[in-house]
Amino acid sequence: MHSVLLVVAAFLASAVEMVEALTIVLAVGVTRGWRSAGWGVATALVALVAIAGIFGPALANLPIDVLRLVIGTILLIFGLQWLRKAILRSSGLKAQHDEDAIFRAEIRELRAAGQRGVGDWYAFTVAFKGVFLEGLEVAFIIVTFGGAQKNVGLAAIGAAAALVVVCIAGVIAHAPLSRVPENTLKFGVGIMLSSFGIFWSAEGAGVSWPGADASLLGVIAFVMVLSFGLVALLRRSVADAGLAVA
Amino acid sequence: MKWLTQFARFWYDFIVGDDWTIAVAVVIVVAITDVVANAGRVAWPIIPIGVGVVLSLSVRRVLRVHQEAARKLGEEGTQ
Repeated sequence: MHSVLLVVAAFLASAVEMVEALTIVLAVGVTRGWRSAGWGVATALVALVAIAGIFGPALANLPIDVLRLVIGTILLIFGLQWLRKAILRSSGLKAQHDEDAIFRAEIRELRAAGQRGVGDWYAFTVAFKGVFLEGLEVAFIIVTFGGAQKNVGLAAIGAAAALVVVCIAGVIAHAPLSRVPENTLKFGVGIMLSSFGIFWSAEGAGVSWPGADASLLGVIAFVMVLSFGLVALLRRSVADAGLAVA
Repeated sequence: MKWLTQFARFWYDFIVGDDWTIAVAVVIVVAITDVVANAGRVAWPIIPIGVGVVLSLSVRRVLRVHQEAARKLGEEGTQ
């Protein structure tokens, strides 16, 4: 059960980051050609593999309680930040994330940057930066999820599955994945990250959960009730005061 | 040096984000849990309750900012 939730959480969180990277790569490829963009993507992937290869094995040598305390706390901070944004978006206090608008803005910026050359460094750099930064975030997700469970491989499987699904969707759509309900996905990811963060940071601090691993489901239910409750309360306040952000 | 600052900024924005008080509160709540659990007391409710309080206060602060901005706009409109 725990392993399934781990793979699902790694899959969803990685998919969100990969959709963002894909939006940038598609914008570069469509406007300035695929060759330099492809080199940018490939170089970023090599850099990411090198970083994972250097820092990944170090995790295996740390004691599990220390890992869970540190990683659980970081994951909880990170997850709450994500959840906070999702709650504000759902209640109308923050604008929704719009991949179509980001795609259009990227294209405008790329066209304004001038004509392409044979070796288009601009396209290479934009694609590299997009994939490298989003990829670092995926690596962070794999290392934190996998590290706290001493099973980086399982988290990597979730992320690899997300990569396959997002790439196939990108090839089929050949446009930003605006049909992916990204804001809903982000809400779900925020709930998962925060729940795992609560569970692991408490275990790392020496807490014995009632019901052991099964209590993770209870933690997820608690975070869901809390989040939906806050959205309902905020929506009412927003509607009363006419505050909704477009 | 500039690259290092940008790299640190990236990780700060990625992990801590818009509201640093959440990060500080989480560290305090986890530290309290550690002390209570190591004293042999029941500690599992502390983090969930702490999370509930921290998250509620954080989104409430955003609501207050919007309400205050709307009130100021309303006042300017009537002048």
